[in-house]
Amino acid sequence: MNGLGLHQRLERNAGLLIFGILFVSAIGGLVQVLPSIFQESLSQPAANTRPYGALELVGRDIYIREGCGTCHSQQVRPLLAEVKRYGPYSRAGESVYDRPFLWGSKRTGPDLHRIGGRYTDTWHRVHLLDPRSVVNNSIMPAYPWLAERAANADGDIQLRLKVLRRLGHPYTDADIESAPAKLEGLTEIDAVIAYLQQLGAGLGAEQ
Amino acid sequence: MNTTATKSNLYYHDRVVTVLVAWSIVWSVLGMAVGLYVAAELVWPQLDFGYPWLSYGRLRPLHTNVVVFGFAVSALMATAFYSVQRTSHVPLFAPALAWFCCIAWQLAIVAGGLSLLAGINASKEYAELEWPFDIAITIVWVCFAIVFFGTIAKRKIQPIYVSNWFYGGLIIVIAMLHIVNSLAMPVTLTKSYSLFAGAPDAIVQWWYGHNAVGFLLTGGFLGMMYYFLPKQAGRPIWSYRLSIVAFWAFTYSYIWAGPHHLHFNAIPDWVQSLGMVMSLILLAPSWATMINGIMTVSGAHAKLKTDPALKFIVLSLAFYGLATFEGPMMAIKSVNIVSHFTDWTIGHVHSGALGWNAMITFGTFYFLVPKLAGRDLYSVKLANIHFWLALAGTMLYILAMWGAGVSQGLLWLSLDEIGELNFSFKDIMGSMAPYYGLRVVAGVLFLSGTLLLAFNLFKTLQGQKVVRVVPPPVAAMEAA
Repeated sequence: MNGLGLHQRLERNAGLLIFGILFVSAIGGLVQVLPSIFQESLSQPAANTRPYGALELVGRDIYIREGCGTCHSQQVRPLLAEVKRYGPYSRAGESVYDRPFLWGSKRTGPDLHRIGGRYTDTWHRVHLLDPRSVVNNSIMPAYPWLAERAANADGDIQLRLKVLRRLGHPYTDADIESAPAKLEGLTEIDAVIAYLQQLGAGLGAEQ
Repeated sequence: MNTTATKSNLYYHDRVVTVLVAWSIVWSVLGMAVGLYVAAELVWPQLDFGYPWLSYGRLRPLHTNVVVFGFAVSALMATAFYSVQRTSHVPLFAPALAWFCCIAWQLAIVAGGLSLLAGINASKEYAELEWPFDIAITIVWVCFAIVFFGTIAKRKIQPIYVSNWFYGGLIIVIAMLHIVNSLAMPVTLTKSYSLFAGAPDAIVQWWYGHNAVGFLLTGGFLGMMYYFLPKQAGRPIWSYRLSIVAFWAFTYSYIWAGPHHLHFNAIPDWVQSLGMVMSLILLAPSWATMINGIMTVSGAHAKLKTDPALKFIVLSLAFYGLATFEGPMMAIKSVNIVSHFTDWTIGHVHSGALGWNAMITFGTFYFLVPKLAGRDLYSVKLANIHFWLALAGTMLYILAMWGAGVSQGLLWLSLDEIGELNFSFKDIMGSMAPYYGLRVVAGVLFLSGTLLLAFNLFKTLQGQKVVRVVPPPVAAMEAA
């Protein structure tokens, strides 16, 4: 049977056509994506990588809520210019507690993977509230509302930690028990700053 | 056209098509307006006036979701429902379910859009909507599949026409991608954590993200092209053999190309290299389909001068060719070093989204709406003005982003003779202002064209007759 004949069978039988499309399109995913999901080296934490503390996790979720990742990548590529500009290049092991990953696809603003410790908390606070007061030509939005909302406004921090524990993040009962206390009296801007200040610290001794 | 009303319900169900087209136009105007607004925010950051819901980070996902899932998917549903009836010579299977798809999808876009403004965001690109929406989308999609494949199952023409392979591929592959990429553990109704973490999450996301572009914005629209281009040109598809080869090569190779979104990121090197090679291979089926389309029009050149619908469709094929050449080039790792993370990517996406998806949809609507309304297009002149506005807007957009992206990419990497950085990030970012300004102008041009289309087609539909098209009689199918 020539190829055209074979195809005439496919295009006369809807079931066969559906199966054909599913089969042909699934191969790539099975060969290329599935092994990565189960590749152990991609889920081994780097030397100093630990699960996010309660305040950092709240900060990370706010970072997601405000869409910070639409303009800021968190992925330093292993290129001389990038390492010069931002610091050591990113390793897979640093992202094992990132659900979802926040590597980004666009740098309208600078990469943030090694931002932790580069500026003071005060600088970040001023910058988040009024970016142009510290970077004159910045096009970043201001985030005044972060200073007005309590860090535990959603009131579900324990639930978040429990869900992450079920997904394999090593939180202890004490971590979950003490989480609301760690947010006490703080605002969302404190949480975002705590998140930003620990970024890049996960590499540890490997550096 | 046969417009006799019959007492049975044997006529084609075109009312649902009309409503979907109308919604698609509404979303195109809204989605592009939001796009223009975020483009303006990158020039005048104060434009959010201190409101969280007007903030760039919340509007940008709204823009992508409204144009992809509102504008594009509504157009694909409309044209799939329209063409599958005509290529099968039967009315829609389960028309009530088709109406459910139509209404539930629009409600999902409205509610989903509001949730994005509220900051409810799962953060995966093109899959930002949170888990309750993921479930709703899955349900509507399954109903879409039932209506579409149900219609094919009761067809009166034995061979399944090529446009239906592409629409079928859209339905099947998007279902697979959406379900896997959306796997997450809910915390509350508005928050969940991805089942995958870090590097595997990135690989799964770009397997989804790239192929949402592949099977929705490319494959789905190729289905549209394969039905409406021959119809409009009044000529059969140039090569049946080429359409077969290109379809299967496309379906097989597209799915591997996702990792080029993660070049030099922390994923295994073999995954990146494989993604790059398969991206290059993808050029072949992409251009094969483009050639098939262009050759179909050749010989209908006289019509090209007078028919705005055909002009849009042919121009869209040119941009399709451009975007599917540029994509593989950007997937080459040494090119990607420059293009990654820059506005070049944004320009590339828009040469596809404006030049290919929007243009072919506009062309199709200029053909389809007069048919649905049973009368001539309200104004051919306005459609011609729209054509030039759309072309100018797209070209200006792409040129601005090429300029921004290439200079960004090169300046970021630029080192002096002792290996120190030549330019600060701040200065490079500051130099983007003229390009971002040009993009706003491009957006104004393109959006004003779209507004002309909305007005023109609204006037065409106003006071329409009820058109009932009866399937042509066909010989009974031989037993398979």
